[in-house]
Amino acid sequence: MSESTSINAHQFETLEQQHEAGWLGMWIFLATEVMFFGGMFAGYAVYRWSYPTAFAQASRELEVVLGATNTLVLICSSLTMALAVHAAGRGERKAIMGYLLATIALGMVFLGIKGLEYVHKFEHHLFPGSSFVFPTPFQRTAQIFFSFYFAMTGMHALHMVVGVGLLTALVIRAWRNEFTPQHHAAVEITGLYWHFVDIVWIFLFPLLYLIDRHR
Amino acid sequence: MNEITVERRQNYLNVSYTLKSWLLTTDHKRIALLYLFSITLFFFIGAVFAGVMRLNLLTPQGDLVRAETYDTLFTMHGLTMIFFFLIPSIPGVLGNFLIPMMIGARDVAFPRLNLASWYIFMLGGLFTLTAAATGGVDTGWTFYTPYSSIYSNSNVVLTVTGIFIVGFSSILTGLNFMVTIHKMRAPGMTWFRLPLFIWSLYATSLIFILGTPVLAISLVLIGLERLFHLGIFDPRLGGDPILFQHLFWFYSHPAVYVMILPGMGVVSELIPCFSRKRIFGYHFVAFSSLSIAVIGFLVWGHHMFVSGQSVYAGMAFSALSFLVAVPSAIKVFNWTATLYRGSIAFSTPMLYAFGFIGLFTIGGLTGLFLATLGVDIHVHDTYFVIAHFHYIMVGSAVMGFLGGIHFWWPKITGRLYPEGWGRLAALIIFLGFNLTFFPQFILGYLGMPRRYHMYPPEFQALNVLSTAGASILGVGYLLPLAYLLWSLWYGKAAGANPWGATGLEWQTPSPPPTENFEVVPVVTEEPYAYSTMEAGVVREHIHQRAPV
Repeated sequence: MSESTSINAHQFETLEQQHEAGWLGMWIFLATEVMFFGGMFAGYAVYRWSYPTAFAQASRELEVVLGATNTLVLICSSLTMALAVHAAGRGERKAIMGYLLATIALGMVFLGIKGLEYVHKFEHHLFPGSSFVFPTPFQRTAQIFFSFYFAMTGMHALHMVVGVGLLTALVIRAWRNEFTPQHHAAVEITGLYWHFVDIVWIFLFPLLYLIDRHR
Repeated sequence: MNEITVERRQNYLNVSYTLKSWLLTTDHKRIALLYLFSITLFFFIGAVFAGVMRLNLLTPQGDLVRAETYDTLFTMHGLTMIFFFLIPSIPGVLGNFLIPMMIGARDVAFPRLNLASWYIFMLGGLFTLTAAATGGVDTGWTFYTPYSSIYSNSNVVLTVTGIFIVGFSSILTGLNFMVTIHKMRAPGMTWFRLPLFIWSLYATSLIFILGTPVLAISLVLIGLERLFHLGIFDPRLGGDPILFQHLFWFYSHPAVYVMILPGMGVVSELIPCFSRKRIFGYHFVAFSSLSIAVIGFLVWGHHMFVSGQSVYAGMAFSALSFLVAVPSAIKVFNWTATLYRGSIAFSTPMLYAFGFIGLFTIGGLTGLFLATLGVDIHVHDTYFVIAHFHYIMVGSAVMGFLGGIHFWWPKITGRLYPEGWGRLAALIIFLGFNLTFFPQFILGYLGMPRRYHMYPPEFQALNVLSTAGASILGVGYLLPLAYLLWSLWYGKAAGANPWGATGLEWQTPSPPPTENFEVVPVVTEEPYAYSTMEAGVVREHIHQRAPV
C-alpha cells in the first residue's frame, strides 16, 4: 500500500477521487436545497402577483436598516469563509482557525439581529395567527405576506444554525491539525454550503424588504 | 482460488454475526438487507390495511368499519405502501446491493451516509406508525388543504413529520447513488457500458434529489399552518388551497416514476439474460429513462383537471402527459424486440418480467385515458383511477421488485430458491392481481367513486370478484416469503453465476466478499454481450460444477 491510498477512505482508490466525490455530493445537495427553497419562492411569487398592494404595504413594516446590516454581515462572512478556504490551501493552521471563528462570529451576529427583528414583529402583533393585527384594508392578505416572511427567513435561519454547527466542527478539526494543503476538502465543501446559504439571503432581502422602497 | 477457500470463503454475511455488526454496518450489501427486512415489514402492514378495506367492500352497506375508520385505512394504506415500501423498495434493496457491484466499486461513495439514510428511513417509519397506532390520519395520502391544514382532527402533524423525515432518506440515497455512479466506476466502465439498471436508478436519483425537497417544503408549510395558523393555504385569508396541490403533485407525480423506473431497470436486465440476446436499442432504453425523469416533472397538472386549474393549463398538461408515454413505449417496444428470436427461458424472474410488460402496458395505456381531458372528467376519482395506478404501482413495480429479488437472490444469499414454487407463486400473483384490479376498471367506468366505505348494491358482484382476487394475491405474496426464507437454510448452493448472466456482479463469488471484488475489475466490452459469451459460459459452468 502506498501512502496516498492509506489516507483516503477504503471505498476510494485515490484521495483525488474522494475529494471529487465529496465536492459533487455537496453540489447535488445544494441542488436539493434550491428546490426546497424554490417551493417557497414559487408560493411567494404567486401571492405577490395576486396581492401586490398588500405585499407592498406589509413589506413596509420590515426594518430595512436591520435587514441591510444583516446583508452586509453575511457578505463579510462569505469573505472570511473564502479566506479560510484559501488559508487551508496553504496549510496555515492559525489563519484557518481565525477566519473560521470570524465566520462563526458574523453568523451569530446575523442570527442575533434576526432574533431582534422577530421580537419586534411579535411586539407589533405581526406574527400570523389569532393575534395578528394589521390595521389596513389588507388585514387578511398581509397575513400571507408575514406567513412567507416567517417561513422563509425562519428556514434560512435554521440553515445558518446548521452552518454554524458545521463551522464549529471544522474549527475543532483545524485545532487538532487535521488539515494539510493536500487534505482539506471538508473546509472547501462546508464553504460551498455557507456561500449557498448566503446567496439565499441575497434573494430574500430584496424580495421581502425592498418591494416598495423605491417610491 | 483453490478449493479450500471456495468452501469456507469469507463473505459479507459470515464476516460477523453480532447484532451490532448489522446495526452499525457501512457495507452497502448489509444495508440493502436492512432495507429488505424493513420494507417487507412495512409491506405486510400496508397489506393488512388493504385487506380490511377489501373485506369491508364485500357488502354494499359497509358492514365492517365506519366511514371514519375507512378513511384512516385507505390513508394509512397509501402512505405505508408508497413512502415505506414502493419508493425505497428497489432503490433501497437492489440499488444499494447492486450499484457498487455493477460498476465495479467496493462500496457506495458515502457508506456512513448510506447507513444514516436507513436510520432516517426507520425514524420516519416510527413517526408514521406512531401516528397510525394513536388513531391514524384520514386526509388521504395526498394531504389536500384546507382539510389537512385546518379541519381534519386526526394525527396530521405527526404523520407529516414522518413523511418529511423519510424524504431525507430518499434525498440522501439519491445523492449517494448519483455520486457513486459518477465517480466510482471501475476502469473501462464507460457511461455506455453501464447496465441499464444503473441508468434507470440514475434517473430515479435525479427525481429523488429534485422532487423530494418540494414535497418536504409543502409538508413543512402544512405543519406550520396547523401549528401556528399561517395562512398560505387558508382560503379564509385569501390563501390558495390549489397551490398546495401544485406543490404536492410537483413531487408526487415524479414519485410515480420513482416507483416504476427501477422496475424498468430490473426488467431491462432480466429480458436479455433469459432470452440470451443483447438488449435491442441500448441507447434508446438508457435515454428513455432520463427523458421519463425529465418530462415526468412537467405533467403534474393532470391530477388537477377538475380542481379549478385553468383550461389552458389543463390542455398543456394533457399534451405533456401524452408526451411522457413515448419513452415508456420505447422501453416496451425494445424489450419485445429483444425477445424476438431469442432463446427464451421461462424461469421465475422472466415470468415476473413478462407480467411486468403486460401489466405495465395496460396501466400505461389507461393512464392515457386519464390524461385525456374529456375522459378524465368522467372517470376522475373513481375506481378507474385506482385500477390504473395499481396496474403501475403493484402490477408493474411490485412485479419488477419480485423479479429482481428472485434474479439476484442467489447472489445476495448464495442459495437457489425452489424453481417450481417460484413459478407457481409468479403465476398466482399474476392471476390474483388481475382478478383484484381488472374489475375495478369496470367499476370506475360505471361510476363507483373511490374513498367511500359504502356503494350502491349493483356494484356488489364486481366488488366480490375484486376481494376474491385480493385473497389470492395475498396467498401469492406469502409464498415467496415462505420459500425464500426456506432457501436460506435448505436451498442449493448457487455458485457465482447460476443464470449465466453478463455483468460484473456475476463475476464475483456468491455471496460476495465484503470488498465485492478481490481485484478491481477492468471492463473491456459492452453490457449484455450474450452472443459472444455463450461458449464461455458453458465452459465456466462445467468448471464450477466439477468439484461438487
